[in-house]
Amino acid sequence: MSDLLNYVILGIPFGCVFALLAVGLVLTYKTSGVFNLAFGAQAFVSAAVFYNTVTNHDWPLLPAFILSVFIVAPLVGLILDRALYRHLRTAPAIAKLVTSIGLLIAIPEIVKLLPDFDFLQSSVFNPPTIWPNPFAYYHFGDYVLDGNQVATIVSTGAAVLFLTALFRYTTIGLQMRAVVESPRMTELAGINADRVSAFSWMLSSAFAGLAGVLLAPLFAQLAAPNFTILLIAAIAAAAFGRLTSIPLAFLGGILLGVAQGVLGGYLPADSVLSNGLRPSLPFVVLFLLLLFWPGLRHRREIVDPLSGVDPPPPGLSAEKRMRLLTYTTWGLGVIVIAAGLYVSLFVVSNFWLLIVTRAVIFSLIFLSITVITGMAGQISLCQASFAAVGSFGTAQLAQRFDMPVLLTMVIGAAMAAIVGALLAIPALRLGGIFLALATLAFALMFESIFVPLDWVSGGVLPTKVPRPPLFESDRAFLFLALGLLVVISILVILVRKGTTGRYLDALRGSETAATSIGINPARARVIAFALSAGIAGLGGGLLAIQENQANYTANYSVLFGLLWLVIVVTIGARTVEGAVQAGLALAFLPEILKALGLSPAYQFILFGLGAVTYAKHPEGVLEYNKRKSLETVQRFLTRGRQPPDGESGGVVRARPQPAPVAAANPAGDR
Amino acid sequence: MCKRFSGITALEDVTLNVEPGEPVGLIGPNGAGKTTFFNCLLGLLRADNGRVLFDGRDITRMPVYKRARLGFGRTFQRVELFTGMTVRDHLLVAERARLGTGRFWKDVLNLAGPTKDENQRANHTLELLGLIDVADKPIESLSLGRARLVEMGRALMTEPMLLLLDEPSSGLDQSETMELVGTLQEVQRERGTAILLVEHDVEMVQAFASRLYVLDFGVIIASGATGEVMDDEAVRKAYLGELV
Repeated sequence: MSDLLNYVILGIPFGCVFALLAVGLVLTYKTSGVFNLAFGAQAFVSAAVFYNTVTNHDWPLLPAFILSVFIVAPLVGLILDRALYRHLRTAPAIAKLVTSIGLLIAIPEIVKLLPDFDFLQSSVFNPPTIWPNPFAYYHFGDYVLDGNQVATIVSTGAAVLFLTALFRYTTIGLQMRAVVESPRMTELAGINADRVSAFSWMLSSAFAGLAGVLLAPLFAQLAAPNFTILLIAAIAAAAFGRLTSIPLAFLGGILLGVAQGVLGGYLPADSVLSNGLRPSLPFVVLFLLLLFWPGLRHRREIVDPLSGVDPPPPGLSAEKRMRLLTYTTWGLGVIVIAAGLYVSLFVVSNFWLLIVTRAVIFSLIFLSITVITGMAGQISLCQASFAAVGSFGTAQLAQRFDMPVLLTMVIGAAMAAIVGALLAIPALRLGGIFLALATLAFALMFESIFVPLDWVSGGVLPTKVPRPPLFESDRAFLFLALGLLVVISILVILVRKGTTGRYLDALRGSETAATSIGINPARARVIAFALSAGIAGLGGGLLAIQENQANYTANYSVLFGLLWLVIVVTIGARTVEGAVQAGLALAFLPEILKALGLSPAYQFILFGLGAVTYAKHPEGVLEYNKRKSLETVQRFLTRGRQPPDGESGGVVRARPQPAPVAAANPAGDR
Repeated sequence: MCKRFSGITALEDVTLNVEPGEPVGLIGPNGAGKTTFFNCLLGLLRADNGRVLFDGRDITRMPVYKRARLGFGRTFQRVELFTGMTVRDHLLVAERARLGTGRFWKDVLNLAGPTKDENQRANHTLELLGLIDVADKPIESLSLGRARLVEMGRALMTEPMLLLLDEPSSGLDQSETMELVGTLQEVQRERGTAILLVEHDVEMVQAFASRLYVLDFGVIIASGATGEVMDDEAVRKAYLGELV
């Protein structure tokens, strides 16, 4: 019995930290409709500032604490609100979520590149605690807590009391409760909703910062993965509170911490269960909560009752394009692709050949995002896991059963499709951000539970994969990859233009209306999910064959999955060209950065910040510019009736083509 | 053929019956339970007790999309359209949905665009509703009145036996409303579709429905031929008293 109590007490400090961040999440979700995953990164920022000032600059604890929690953290929140989220107020929740994912990826990399913060490049141990005497132990009856644990509990308690008092007794608290219901309604009542929302952003960011500063010493290390655990645990706690109840979210955080402590105490120390289950408990809990928690059953996303005031977002142009213009752009595209191919096959070195092949394979994988996000309108954060399933399937079947590798690649894709369908069935009634969060939890579960297993990944060393006969050389393999890309591109276009594609379009437009004409939403979505997972799996298998191994950490980790999504939605998730351009970007950008002498971290920053544009241009930035310039050219042509040579000149200038990137780079190599 | 819906809590023992091809109106003041009833009928809400019979079949537990395939068409009080699609696309997707089920590969890999037959049917409906001139315009460019007609066209493409219209006059002015009535009558004459009109614009209902149900506080307080019901004392008191 006393053992149990001891484990409970050990879990409480963790629970406090989870709870603090969960409160921040719920607070901003309620006041601005943003489910801000970037809080994970903001917590990291405050922890880094605290470490830097105390350890590297010998500041006393109190000023360092004030700087990191009460100045830096709210400032980051204020900047995000002013510069970004305020302008997205009417965007759908899912667009805001994508923006926050971009920030989650970009912010830590930006911090690491700051001049005074390069210490973060290597592992940072023993971060300072906020308790003046870190080695003190305090006895409470039979139980012992160290200074840091006491500090965590005390400051969490103080923060909660402060928040309760704020909501109960102050005007700003009352105003915040009003803004929750409808920012516009509040404004009509004469309150500056912008100021209230800025305040709530600063407040919740301070909670995130406090969580970060307290978390680091609990793990005795300042490392990004711990902040992922923190973020997911906080999301799980927020889900426990139905994303709207602050007290329940707080309770959820504490319970999760306690559960983790108890599990840690009772599971045998070195068993599979304790190694696999205990660290991944938050992921499992989040996944199960999202699927089965009654509070989330018929939960619709927060909608401003007056949101109808805004004009609907501009639809994609349905006007017919001039035929000549279409042919010209098509022709140009074919010429540029052919030229790029010729250059990469016969002119440049083998190194660039490999990069081009990588670009082709990633284009194929990104088509899976075209299906699930562009066509079905859902955000899936586990596409990398599907690719990994395909990759592991290809490798394991080829190695264990000596099957031909092209066959195992197809089987691997089928396995991924089945996993996708199985995941889709329970997750279907979730929509929007809940589905996105469930797929994130799934990806993390897959990473922490399945990937370490021998029969999945092959254990410590990646499983080797042979090349198929006929395609052993790198040149021949490029043709194989290109062939598959063309086949899958045609498949995607057929599905998009076909009946299922139309159903998905209709469902994206209005689910109620679509069901009212007899469309089965579950069926259409399961098909989209399975197809998408299958494509990702096929790409994963292809990548494994190209690299001769199924390497999880180098290709499919959860962070990569987020990066993939962010790249594709930034460039254009609606079209096949978008996926291809994204594939080129992913493969070439690191090389361009290397050539410019810049850190590879810039790709995370570039695309992370790029995702910020998603809310404004859900069709993708490049796609948006392409449409706009085509329209301009068309207007110019029809109005001025220019001679034909003016035409082609206009088109060349107007169309931001993907292919020149491909062509320019191999050329730059020489 | 006969449709009977009975006994819904929040609605006290409401029974309503629509014969094939019949234009029926359901009226009542705000908050009477019209929309609740409507949603129960369509399967968006589940009635606590009572049954929905359609063409002699009990469909009380059938999901929304299956009811649609069976022959329920509907429009929405707040228009629900597919953003990013043209008017014609709205009708074509509904046409496909009508043909419906069990064609997995054909659906997924549909090489052909709309067939001649599908286009013809769509054009016919567009003409009937007077939408042919905007057929290839994006849906966002339409006025509310015409957007409602698109909803109706979309519903008609599924060849419903019963068309349920949820306050189609809301947001329309007098002349638009009367135009709508004209179109409805034409649709009904040509297709022989039964129509259940939920409204609180009394004039519109009077002009259109041959039979009326009056709902107040979840109870049917009167029903019968339109003229009789409008003369009924209880109805005038409960509902029209404020208007006349």
